[in-house]
Amino acid sequence: MSVDAFSTTAPNLPGPPLWLLAEITYKCPLHCVFCYNPVDFAQAGPELSTDDWLRVLRQARAAGSVQCGFSGGEPLVRDDLEILVAEAHRLGFYTNLLTSGVGLTEARAAALEAAGLDHIQLSFQDSTKELNDFLTHTKTFDLKRHTAAVIKAHGWPMVMNCVIHRLNIDFIEQIIDLAVELGAEYLELANSQYYSWAELNRDHLLPSREQLERAERVTNEYRVRLGDKLKIFFVVPDYYETRPKKCMNGWGNVFLTVTPDGVALPCHTAKMLKGITFPNVRDMSVQDVWYQSDGFNRYRGDSWMKDPCRTCPDKEKDHGGCRCQAHMLTGDGANADPVCDKSPLHHRVTEAVDYAQVPDSQRTLVKPLVFRDPKNSKLLTTAS
Amino acid sequence: MSTIQTPIDMQQRLRVAKMFKLQWEEVQHSWVLLYPEGMVKLNGSAGEIMKRLDGTITVAELISALERDFATPDLSADVLDFLHIAQGQGWVKP
Repeated sequence: MSVDAFSTTAPNLPGPPLWLLAEITYKCPLHCVFCYNPVDFAQAGPELSTDDWLRVLRQARAAGSVQCGFSGGEPLVRDDLEILVAEAHRLGFYTNLLTSGVGLTEARAAALEAAGLDHIQLSFQDSTKELNDFLTHTKTFDLKRHTAAVIKAHGWPMVMNCVIHRLNIDFIEQIIDLAVELGAEYLELANSQYYSWAELNRDHLLPSREQLERAERVTNEYRVRLGDKLKIFFVVPDYYETRPKKCMNGWGNVFLTVTPDGVALPCHTAKMLKGITFPNVRDMSVQDVWYQSDGFNRYRGDSWMKDPCRTCPDKEKDHGGCRCQAHMLTGDGANADPVCDKSPLHHRVTEAVDYAQVPDSQRTLVKPLVFRDPKNSKLLTTAS
Repeated sequence: MSTIQTPIDMQQRLRVAKMFKLQWEEVQHSWVLLYPEGMVKLNGSAGEIMKRLDGTITVAELISALERDFATPDLSADVLDFLHIAQGQGWVKP
């Protein structure tokens, strides 16, 4: 998102929550091993009702939100999706559907078009049927090809999203070819970020340096060849960086996520942070969530920072990286994101990177891949 | 972008490209262009130009309208510069 005009320097005056991500359900027909939904999703409270979501949409729009993403889980699982899209459209949101494509029948596509849906982002796990079905633990690949055709037939711009990792990164040519074949306008080759299920499966998913360099080279060759025909975004895995990402373009700066059970978060994964109680849209207005709640104010500005961030000349540039990554890898969300080589715990990232250079054939004691499903979610939640 | 740019034709009738939605945002006090998962906040003059591009007026008429509405002569170069950028970004189409 182009947000240059919105980065705020005054910590007490955040801009509006421009991006509303409505995660309307955790239900999903897929079981992706890199899913960013919380590992304990099976323990979430009851889903927000249609009326709850309509209220959230109206409040968010009044607070200045312009982009609305309907996500999940698989948002098409909810049969009131069309009602929500119609209201979002009426309110003046740009409406995005982030879907696996499962459930997008011709009838629902027609209803969504009538509701005013602006755009669909279709996720693919890989370009080859076998790997796609293995990684998502389903037989959905043919269905997705069909869905892509439905999307094009309705004239929506299509962003194809493919999460990239150790198991599919060597097929980058086939992935790009497929995006061209399906007529996508944009292709996001998003390297897996290691949160939630992807963190559990990190050793299986983190590519080697050689794999990554090859994929970037191939992508650049395609960019030259394809020109404007297909715009390709390549998101690198931050484990290979020495400076952290400016996560979510700043905490509580642009993004607002609402989970299926109504918890309002500054990013999709922030619920993992210990010691912060995030507000629920059942109890608090979006305006108050954004401007007043302790959860959203916690990491705004820089007064929460510790060394090395506190005295770092780059602190405005990256805000110390990702709070969730700091929490996961160092035990304290206020520490520097250990992706940064100034972090005293940077070795926790480099150890994972070192292991990623070990060929699969030379690895011992490899834990099995854990698929994201309610059964595993319950098991893992009980175990912890 | 590697688009090969053609000079702006004064008789062209430009409109906002289909993928983009142009709207006034009261909270931001500005015109914005929305597109899949993104937004461009337009400055004052860019907004004044874009909001007039409805596909019915020519570039020449657009320039005259702006010069009249803002009581400022010789806006031609500024408007053409902006349209050149807008076309390069894919925001406007003939």
